[in-house]
Amino acid sequence: MYTSGKYSSRGPALIPRMKTKHRIYYITLFSVVLLGLIATGMFQFWPHSIESTADWTLDKRSVHDAPLIRLPVSSPIPERGDLSCRMHTCFDVYRCGYNPKNRIKVYIYPLQRFVDELGVPISSTGLSREYNDLLSAISDSDFYTDDVTRACLFIPSIDVLNQNSLRIRETAQALAMLPRWDKGMNHLLFNMLPGGPPDYNTALDVPRDRALLAGGGFSTWTYRQGYDVSIPVYSPLSADVDLPERQPGPRRYFILSSQTAIHREYRAELERLKEENGEALLLLDKCSNLSQGAASARKRCYKGQVYDYPQILQARWFWEAYFSSMKAIGLTTLQIINDRIYPYAARTYEQWNNPPVVKWSSVNSPLFLPLIPPRAPGFTAVVLTYDRVESLFRVITEISKVPSLAKLLVVWNNQNKSPPEETLWPKISVPLKVVRTKENKLSNRFFPYDEIETEAVLAIDDDIIMLTSDELQFGYEVWREFPDRLVGYPGRLHLWDHEMGKWKYESEWTNEVSMVLTGAAFYHKYFNYLYTYKMPGDIKNWVDAHMNCEDIAMNFLVANITGKAPIKVTPRKKFKCPECTAIDGLSLDQTHMVERSECINKFASVFGTMPLKVVEHRADPVLYKDDFPEKLKSFPNIGSL
Amino acid sequence: MQAKKRYLILFSTGACLILLFCLGGIQVPLSRRGPGRPHDRRLSGYGPGARWRHLSGYLQPFSSWEQDRSDDLTEHISPRQKRDANSGLYTGKRCRMESCFDFSLCERNGFKVYVYPQQKGEKLSESYQNILSSIEGSRFYTSDPGQACLFVLSLDTLDRDQLSPQYVHNLKAKIQNLPLWNGGKNHIIFNLYSGTWPDYTEDLGFDIGLAMLAKASISTENFRPDFDVSIPLFSKDHPRTGGEKGYLKYNTIPPYRKYMLVFKGKRYLTGIGSDTRNALYHIHNSEDVVLLTTCKHGKDWQKHKDARCDKDNAEYDKYDYREMLYNSTFCLVPRGRRLGSFRFLEALQAACVPVMLSNGWELPFSEIIDWNRAAVIGDERLLLQIPSTVRSIHQDKILSLRQQTQLLWEAYFNSVEKIVLTTLEIIQDRVLLHTSRSNLMWNSLPGGLFTLPQYSTSLRDFPFYYAKLGIKPPSKFTAIIHVVTPLVSQSQPVMKLLVAVAKSQYCAQVIVLWNCEKPLPAKHRWPATSVPVTVIEGESKVISSRFLPYNTIPTDAVFSLDEDTVLSTTEVDFAFTVWQSFPDRIVGYPARSHFWDSNKERWGYTSKWTNDYSMVLTGAAIYHKYYHYLYTTYFPASLKIMVDQMSNCEDILMNFLVSLVTKLPPIKVTQKKQYKETMMGQSSRASRWADPDHFAQRQTCMNKFANWFGTMPLIHSQMRLDPVLFKDQVSILRKKYREIERL
Repeated sequence: MYTSGKYSSRGPALIPRMKTKHRIYYITLFSVVLLGLIATGMFQFWPHSIESTADWTLDKRSVHDAPLIRLPVSSPIPERGDLSCRMHTCFDVYRCGYNPKNRIKVYIYPLQRFVDELGVPISSTGLSREYNDLLSAISDSDFYTDDVTRACLFIPSIDVLNQNSLRIRETAQALAMLPRWDKGMNHLLFNMLPGGPPDYNTALDVPRDRALLAGGGFSTWTYRQGYDVSIPVYSPLSADVDLPERQPGPRRYFILSSQTAIHREYRAELERLKEENGEALLLLDKCSNLSQGAASARKRCYKGQVYDYPQILQARWFWEAYFSSMKAIGLTTLQIINDRIYPYAARTYEQWNNPPVVKWSSVNSPLFLPLIPPRAPGFTAVVLTYDRVESLFRVITEISKVPSLAKLLVVWNNQNKSPPEETLWPKISVPLKVVRTKENKLSNRFFPYDEIETEAVLAIDDDIIMLTSDELQFGYEVWREFPDRLVGYPGRLHLWDHEMGKWKYESEWTNEVSMVLTGAAFYHKYFNYLYTYKMPGDIKNWVDAHMNCEDIAMNFLVANITGKAPIKVTPRKKFKCPECTAIDGLSLDQTHMVERSECINKFASVFGTMPLKVVEHRADPVLYKDDFPEKLKSFPNIGSL
Repeated sequence: MQAKKRYLILFSTGACLILLFCLGGIQVPLSRRGPGRPHDRRLSGYGPGARWRHLSGYLQPFSSWEQDRSDDLTEHISPRQKRDANSGLYTGKRCRMESCFDFSLCERNGFKVYVYPQQKGEKLSESYQNILSSIEGSRFYTSDPGQACLFVLSLDTLDRDQLSPQYVHNLKAKIQNLPLWNGGKNHIIFNLYSGTWPDYTEDLGFDIGLAMLAKASISTENFRPDFDVSIPLFSKDHPRTGGEKGYLKYNTIPPYRKYMLVFKGKRYLTGIGSDTRNALYHIHNSEDVVLLTTCKHGKDWQKHKDARCDKDNAEYDKYDYREMLYNSTFCLVPRGRRLGSFRFLEALQAACVPVMLSNGWELPFSEIIDWNRAAVIGDERLLLQIPSTVRSIHQDKILSLRQQTQLLWEAYFNSVEKIVLTTLEIIQDRVLLHTSRSNLMWNSLPGGLFTLPQYSTSLRDFPFYYAKLGIKPPSKFTAIIHVVTPLVSQSQPVMKLLVAVAKSQYCAQVIVLWNCEKPLPAKHRWPATSVPVTVIEGESKVISSRFLPYNTIPTDAVFSLDEDTVLSTTEVDFAFTVWQSFPDRIVGYPARSHFWDSNKERWGYTSKWTNDYSMVLTGAAIYHKYYHYLYTTYFPASLKIMVDQMSNCEDILMNFLVSLVTKLPPIKVTQKKQYKETMMGQSSRASRWADPDHFAQRQTCMNKFANWFGTMPLIHSQMRLDPVLFKDQVSILRKKYREIERL
């Protein structure tokens, strides 16, 4: 037995010191038992794949071993194919059903060789290399299922890529014989060369009932919108050609025509264009002086000059993504059909069309609509506090004077101590809520609490008492104009340290800003959600572990997703130690600055890029410092220390 | 040992039996599966359920080069002959642009649209009237049929329901009598309703010949791809121009609203389209999925009423439609008698993501709109899955779907004018195929109507896509100084301005636009600068010429300046760096504001010092060159002529335009208010600003423009942008833009 031989080769290692005679006997016995057990196990616990153990040996078989099917002359022929077919009329969507992964299941019929009653095959080529590649690629993909009962789409193993090699009527009969054919419902045929002389129809002439057609060379009259899939005609020549990398600089030719067999009418027109435009146009045709054969297929000529084909064309991302192989063509076709069946989970235009370079560098802000939200809902102030109650109460009292404050949320980050009794809190006119956290983590300040009912969040430290009501109200007004940005008070900058070859954090009086500290900043609640659930890499844990840099992380996050700089509002103030949330009393200490610089380098490596944007402006009220009566200004109290 | 052996033999025999049984087990059910088939035995191992494997062995390629080669060219019919032979075939339902449209009519004069003169005694519905006047007011309009590429009937074809009072009789004869009809070639026919009870066919009741259809509720079967245009169903109250804004004001997080999915509408008890609405009650849960139907419509509803009607009707009256619309995340849009329904536009405007349940409806403007970005396309057959489908949609996706509804509503649907212009632009894209808009232009801000591909087919050349493409805004600008007074002395403000601007590190070129009646001064009279200075004469010396998209502007950024503007190099530099952050807006110095004057019931214009502004005048402002093109192309001649005749308000019009496009205010930079010599007392005689009528004119302009736009696009801002250390208490030496503070 073939399998036992395979196992016996391992024998000596397993049972080294037995007599040869007995050894062979035991080994054979052992392997038979083992095989029996495996087979039994599979039969018991893996009912669907029991067949696959049987055809596992198919691997070793060649195409010629496929069963021969004789088609009776009277075998039914499918209808010609209905031009009005659409997904909702000719496709059985119930077979695809609700599917949490939103992925269709595709079944491939096993190979059979169809012959007519006289034993003549229905196709002159049988299974072509390309169709074999295509089916193999699909069977290796996530779309594939070997369970015919769970399939949404069926692909016959009858190769109809090239109509010229088919006997139309017999091929149609063979299709109709497929066990699940059911008027071609949910069947997909791949055809690249349709039609034949004299009128060269643009779609496969094989009658095929309701089957979907992935066809090369459709015209708009034969293509059924939203039902068929128009695919490229694959060139077997391109199989093992390495396209050259595109050279930098302008391309040598503006227009290249490498199509042979162009009708003389068109050829004449091309020659005329060539005369007008000279070198920019290169018109290639087949080479008359070369001998026939596969090698000549890879050459194109112009006036005796020989060019390598297809190297003369230049590589493109689209080519590689969707056209370069039968696998690419086949899986693209399935994905297109998949997108039609689950449109709400379809790939976007950008996903289909943007090369990775663009995908990497481009941004698409999640808040892309230019909305200036109304003033009325106001903002929710979120104060993170540990135990500085006195300072906290002062902050609360100060913020409560801001007209647009809607609610105050105190995030009590101290698990060892309870917040003060309700009666002790300052009496303010807006709701005040205290949230107690489970762990003393910095990221608690950015949690998207249900209590935050406004879009706008003001993150503020429990020691920021120097901001005036006008300044805060103005900050909110600026946020309304830029709801997708961080709008904050103290600004900071990142710099490239040429000596050290890394990023450096800067808090001095600079002319530029690339971050605003979240010790006092307005931002959209969406970014809380983003910070909590979508922060890349281990940044969130890193911040919590180091008890530092949550503000830098937030700046990275927002800049990365929007591609925009933050907005610093109002003149610089002497903030009482704005960066000492983590290390009390060490505000501008060297170690602190080093740690902040480290954060920038760490985050830049996690993001894989430096998303921060540097700007040279800050926002002030229109009449700031203008020689104009203060009482007529909307925000007179700006910049006072 | 013997016993051991025996056991082993016994065991192995048993194992062998099990194995044989297993192998046999495959074959037994197989042969049972199709007892009548002669080839079953051969199928063993190939039966349904067998896994496909890559097959080995020598396989031929599907097409050989030799085969390709042996084709004898001379045998082929000439492509031209073939085309001619087929042209008769591809008409009627098989019309395509190539077979039914005469492109040559558009080649001569571009894409011009002719509207037939209205015939006496011919009544037009208000909607059709609006369609025609939208075309006549657009830049595509021509009154000369000889110039036209597209023809529009002045016969009302909107309502082809024979039972409707709007139905126009004898349309067939009327159309055949039109001298320019030409079998319908290059004509477009607008239609909202076709067919009638009971089958609601899509036939218009007359032969449309080779004409294109712009039709509501068109089905995919009848839709001729890239030939017809599917338009949305709109009511007779749909505004002609301007249009209401979308209802979305907030992007609340989490993005869920009170209801998940709602619908409120008629239920058809019998006939076409009744199936879907009759089944809605299956998924109604009266909590977050609220689908309400009423049987009360039509004269004899009680005749057909079923057991559910009374209960449904009672439930129906309990809910307010508006309240549901505004408070639901998704809105069901099931087909009515026809495929499209009013619910579609209502949901879109309300930022309630439409869940389409109308199999076979070719969605409005499907040729250009990527509806998967703004709607959920459901399947009537899978109604029961709809709740789980919408619940499975991720929060981020909801946020983006919702914003996209608003983008599309305001870009293409909120007025009859937009619907008509979109239809025309789609056809123009087909006619000028090589300069058609990309998917991104149609489906992202500011939308296809404001993105004119004739300017450039490269997204990089527009101010809207820098972030999307991951590229930086331009690093240089071109200054354009608008000169109207003759050159008399070297100390004239324009001389100082020219020198100051040319000194900017970001300046690539200075263009002096000579709009003065006096001849061009000699070259040597202009100051020497390190950047090239070009002097060009304005076309017919009208004020609009300052906004012409001159080919000589080498950069994407334009710094527009009046001759009497006073600016320092520092100010120029700073404004430019700010603009780089806001490349789609106007960024500059002179800010103005508009307000609603409730006493006079009109818009007011003010140059007073206010706490906000809504315009930045183009006397000292920087913006993208594309707005020159848009200004010159987008507006009809009448509006530009008005501006030229007054020689005033061009800057206001530019602000209207940019705010209309961006839906955002302009940006004022730094403190500077006085930016003209005139305001400092040295009034130059010719300055238009000294004219007292000048200001009154500007008031009038505001109202005329608002009227033309059908809306007030200007938006207020309360902030200006200063240098980071502006007036901060730190050594002036540390400040990069210290000159700004000294002014």
